Amino acid sequence: MTTTNSDSLLPAQGIEAPRSGRIDPKYLRNKSSNGSFEMAAWVFMRVSGLALVVLIFVHLWVNLMVGDGIHQIDFGFVAGKWANPVWQFWDLTMLWLAMLHGTNGMRTIINDYAEKDSSRLWLKSILYVSSTVIIILGTMVIFTFEPCLVNNETGELFDSVPAFCHDL
Amino acid sequence: MSTPTQEVAEPASKIDLAEAGGSGGEIPSFDITLKVRRYDPERAEDAWWDEWTLTMYGTDRVLDALHKVKWEIDGSLTFRRSCAHGICGSDAMRINGRNRLACKALLKDLDTSKTITVEAIKGLPIEKDLIVDMEPFFQSYREIMPFLVNNSPEPTAERHQSPEDRERFDDTTKCILCAACTSSCPVFWTDGQYFGPAAIVNAHRFIFDSRDDAGDMRLEVLNDREGVWRCRTTFNCSDACPRGIEVTKAIQEVKTAILTRSL
Ligand code: HEM
Ligand code: SF4
Ligand code: FES
Repeated sequence: MTTTNSDSLLPAQGIEAPRSGRIDPKYLRNKSSNGSFEMAAWVFMRVSGLALVVLIFVHLWVNLMVGDGIHQIDFGFVAGKWANPVWQFWDLTMLWLAMLHGTNGMRTIINDYAEKDSSRLWLKSILYVSSTVIIILGTMVIFTFEPCLVNNETGELFDSVPAFCHDL
Repeated sequence: MSTPTQEVAEPASKIDLAEAGGSGGEIPSFDITLKVRRYDPERAEDAWWDEWTLTMYGTDRVLDALHKVKWEIDGSLTFRRSCAHGICGSDAMRINGRNRLACKALLKDLDTSKTITVEAIKGLPIEKDLIVDMEPFFQSYREIMPFLVNNSPEPTAERHQSPEDRERFDDTTKCILCAACTSSCPVFWTDGQYFGPAAIVNAHRFIFDSRDDAGDMRLEVLNDREGVWRCRTTFNCSDACPRGIEVTKAIQEVKTAILTRSL
């Protein structure tokens, strides 16, 4: 005689008899989903992490330790750095890697801690939108940055511009 | 004819036993407070905590304390145990917040001045008191094909393997499927979708077995969205394993195997 699921229910409280082969549907996995993306993400976290160590510490060293150190940082200092293609490239790489690394890290945390699919969807949507906005905005700032700001009323350069603007 | 020898009767014990009367060293006894998280859908909708003060001995384990309650105080207390000697894997539970086998956790190793709390392992549906539904756990285990697959013609004798090849997966042969590792993993707690450390350990057992031919298939199974890449290397599983298996290391080896295979 075969036992169907309903036959194997114990009378009280609908507790299943042992080994009725039933699995709480919450635990069923969607038919095997390809994990290649997850593998790539895993590798990316490690590779970008390594690159970020170099990028971030050189960045901190150059900004805070070299020359006048922390006292040198002002509009002119940043503007001067971004007039140099090396620092443009450096900061762009740092921006993209840190943002993608951080976003993927947050994606992992959401996957690990959000309990409902709907809250996952919401949190991830907010995450992806804000990351996209920040990456686009940051990239635009690095490339369209105007170091030599001119006061529209007087037609003169602002005091805060880097020194090289006066030579132009 | 040989020289007749005088047979001397062997003593009952070769060790000098002290005279009967308890001078063999008193086993120290102490009082413990045992607090158990109870759940019984036929009695109450929600779980509740019960607390007992028990006089136990220095040689007793948490399992003995549970037995004392069940046999002498409250027969309705429900838990699994079979061997009582750390080999069947029935009695994994959360003791003072850590997954342990009740039959291997000596009371004297816990802080007996404080309440000892015992709960069912986390992340699997509780059926009653300390008993959880292990079916989802075993489903993941089945999916990694925990059996030898060999495509070559069956040999007439055993399949030979060098001691070095055998050593390669020795650690993961020790698993007793107690679920202490999987139910200690925060990633598994969230939604129960992750294959979990135990499934990966038992896949490792065959993936690195030189006699097995289905390693690729197992790697493919574990290269799932819910497979090895969900591991966050928290080491909870290695801490929980009553067999001392280096669970996190085994998971890492499977990750590396999937990676090198796809390169
Ligand atoms: C300093 C260099 C950095 C290194 C070496 C590094 C390394 C890593 C690695 C290897 C992981 C993966 C952990 C895992 O899979 O379990 C990770 C996760 C993460 N990283 Fe970084 N990272 C660095 C910088 C950053 C920065 C600048 C941010 C923020 C923008 C960030 C945010 C995150 C987040 C949110 C996670 C997810 C946390 C988790 O999975 O537990 N990291 N990091
Ligand atoms: S690996 Fe260890 S903790 Fe996990 S099921 Fe096997 S014996 Fe239990
Ligand atoms: S009762 Fe068998 S392992 Fe504890």
